[in-house]
Amino acid sequence: MTIDKIIVLIFSAIGIVFTYWFFLMKKEKVVVVTSDAVDIVVDGGYQPEIISIPKGRTTTINFLRKDPSGCLEEVVLSGFKIRKYLPLNQKISIEINPQKTGEYPFSCGMNMFHGKVMVI
Amino acid sequence: MTEIKKTYPIKGMHCASCVGVIEKSLKRTVGIKDAVVNLATEKATVTYDSDICNEEQISSAVDNVGYKVIIQQEAVSGDQEKQEKTKELKKLRIKVAVSLLFGGLIFWGSFPGLINIAPELLKNFWVQLLLATPVQFWAGWDFYRATIPALKHRTANMDTLVALGTTVAYVYSAFVIFFPSVVMDLGLEVMPYFDVATIVIGLILLGRYFEARAKGQTSEAIKKLIGMQAKTARVLRQAQDGKVKEIDVPIEQVVIGDVIRVRPGEKIPVDGVILEGESSIDESMITGESIPVDKAKGDTVVGATINKTGTFTYKANRVGQDSMLAQIIQLVQEAQGSKAPIQRIADLISSYFVPIVIMLAIATFAIWYVIGPSPVGESALLFALLNTVAVLIIACPCAMGLATPTAIMVGTGLGAEKGILIKDAESLEIAHKVTTVIFDKTGTLTQGKPEVTDLISTNKITKNELLKLAASIEKGSEHSLAEAIVKKAEEEKIDIESVSKFKAIAGHGVEGVVRKDKVSFGNRRLMERENIALGSYLEQIELLENEGKTVMMLGVNGKLAGLIAVADTIKDSSKDGITALQNKGIEVVMITGDNQRTAKAIASKLGIKRVLAEVLPDQKEAEVRKIQSEGKIVAMVGDGINDAPALAAADVGIAMGTGTDVAIEAADITLINKDLRTVASTIALSKKTMRTIKVNLFWAFGYNILLIPVAMGILYPFFQILLSPIFASVAMASSSISVVANSLLLKKYKI
Repeated sequence: MTIDKIIVLIFSAIGIVFTYWFFLMKKEKVVVVTSDAVDIVVDGGYQPEIISIPKGRTTTINFLRKDPSGCLEEVVLSGFKIRKYLPLNQKISIEINPQKTGEYPFSCGMNMFHGKVMVI
Repeated sequence: MTEIKKTYPIKGMHCASCVGVIEKSLKRTVGIKDAVVNLATEKATVTYDSDICNEEQISSAVDNVGYKVIIQQEAVSGDQEKQEKTKELKKLRIKVAVSLLFGGLIFWGSFPGLINIAPELLKNFWVQLLLATPVQFWAGWDFYRATIPALKHRTANMDTLVALGTTVAYVYSAFVIFFPSVVMDLGLEVMPYFDVATIVIGLILLGRYFEARAKGQTSEAIKKLIGMQAKTARVLRQAQDGKVKEIDVPIEQVVIGDVIRVRPGEKIPVDGVILEGESSIDESMITGESIPVDKAKGDTVVGATINKTGTFTYKANRVGQDSMLAQIIQLVQEAQGSKAPIQRIADLISSYFVPIVIMLAIATFAIWYVIGPSPVGESALLFALLNTVAVLIIACPCAMGLATPTAIMVGTGLGAEKGILIKDAESLEIAHKVTTVIFDKTGTLTQGKPEVTDLISTNKITKNELLKLAASIEKGSEHSLAEAIVKKAEEEKIDIESVSKFKAIAGHGVEGVVRKDKVSFGNRRLMERENIALGSYLEQIELLENEGKTVMMLGVNGKLAGLIAVADTIKDSSKDGITALQNKGIEVVMITGDNQRTAKAIASKLGIKRVLAEVLPDQKEAEVRKIQSEGKIVAMVGDGINDAPALAAADVGIAMGTGTDVAIEAADITLINKDLRTVASTIALSKKTMRTIKVNLFWAFGYNILLIPVAMGILYPFFQILLSPIFASVAMASSSISVVANSLLLKKYKI
């Protein structure tokens, strides 16, 4: 095996490990919502991605889409039966009042970007 | 300049000083002309120039001083969505055209064969670079625009793959022409691959364009519903001089209690009850039933239906968000936002998909570089590179993400058009597995308006006396049979006497004292309880019951005084509806409080073989569970009021709509057209939708599972087949389009 092949192999292995670490071993940062409302910025994903809210309280989630890509134009909170179109640069409020604890994932219309509402 | 005046609810106001603070903050905002805040209604009316100010600014102006403005998303906001969509599509169209044109020119100047007839100019690598650059960074900007913030969040998506793939091709090509000597030293041909990068971008954008257009159609049903709303109403209002005047007011200003006049051919604006006049009304837009319905004084009318023949006035009783149409829209929207259980696996896979594809692409590069064949004149590096790009481009997680929701949206929308309102995707999914349908008899299979058919008195009293006693004691009862008897007495103009010590015994009947006589009125169970002998009348009772009539017995002071038989008419659509289900191989069961004989008689008229008779109202739920424990998937059809627990217990609870209430809590599916044939249609719709979803998922998964290895070059050792990145982009674009198109095919399905 020539030296260039060995280098390619080593870099590829590093690349694969890095990809795995970068995308799949990310630590989940949970934003605990203490007030009645939380803003989520939609720009190449959801920021914050994971929010935690208390059970039985009405919480307003304000989605603000800054990303012009059509992928993020809809947000789906299937646990609350909500599918909402997000106009660009306009705050859209969604009120939820979860009665059960647990994880309620939300995603874009095509299910490519994900976030989570943790009800505690 | 576009001036807009709008009213917004404000949250968090406590005192008059809040008013001043909010008004001041609003007025200071650029673009806001005027702001009036009302403490009592907790609302702010803002006049603003929409060219330089938007609702977000209004919201933040109020936020800044510590209050919350509720920017309502009215049902009407569909218009804005449409506008934005049209603008987006137009932009996309230009990008597609430019990138395919430039890509085509580069292709002409570089593809073996074509190159011989190409103008010299196009063969120039620098010209190619000039053509490719705007495509890569202007048309392809969307991919980067989505990739960069996604990477910041350590997530990846479709755009990441496309951006990566095309960038690899572009950068390699640019490197080749900037440093040809380096490339030659490596033993490579000086050959850029700009055509790959540009055509791939063009084709993927083209795919996106078609996909966006098709996707718009999946939610058409809801837009249609929203568009059905009338814009104005002709309201009768008292003018200042005391005269009643007809004025046209916008629909939002109609309040409950308004009297509205509707003329022939007009749309009925809101829900209400007819005060005067009669007409036939086309309710097909709500119920799916094409034959107009005749309505007269006292009948309810539903907003958005069309008045055909007469003129009438009616009183509005439900407006705005409470109207039937608004409820339907809300229900359909909710259903479209819910997730079908079948989607779970697709969800799970798509969350790992993109990183896995990137890892596979890296592996592809390594394998091709290290052990890949290098045919004469070609280099391993080039093969490795092109195959890596192909893998990145061909992977299509979008198809997986679109497979289920698009079909659910079309399916629920189609249902709504036919008067089938499905609460969530899960109900739609389960409905296709139903093996047994249980029908509640009264009010579902029958009209629910029983009539007295036979009066048989013993020798002790006259028929009138019998009816009088029965009606007197039943007056206080709410049972539908009681109504029939009271009505009969009214028809015969019989006076009703007062009753003392009235007592209703569930599942038995009623008791009380009339003129010092102890009167018991009810079924055989009550007679047994009271030790009243039926004697020779037993035969007559059984005879009536065999005709499908419900027989009630009247006992006076422990002696049988007479029989009253009551029958309920079977709905026209019952027989056909049941036959339709049986033809699908679904078992039909009837559940009723009637005694065995009556129940069997009615069941045999309808062709129902299995009957659950003498079931007390609170036992219906248990009966449903019993049948479920036989391993059957049960749908329960009822009116949603008396049988709510049974509907909730069933795998699918189907409520036959009554009046204008569509959001029946216990029901998974509400049929607003009252036609029993729709039960079979619902199951058929569910089957059809599920088949579409399965085809979609099969297609989406199969596509990725099969073609990613092909792009990696798995066929090369056997057949020398490699997938060019350009073909990969064609395949990718067509796979998500085909999934959406397949969902749209559902629309063609006739219920």
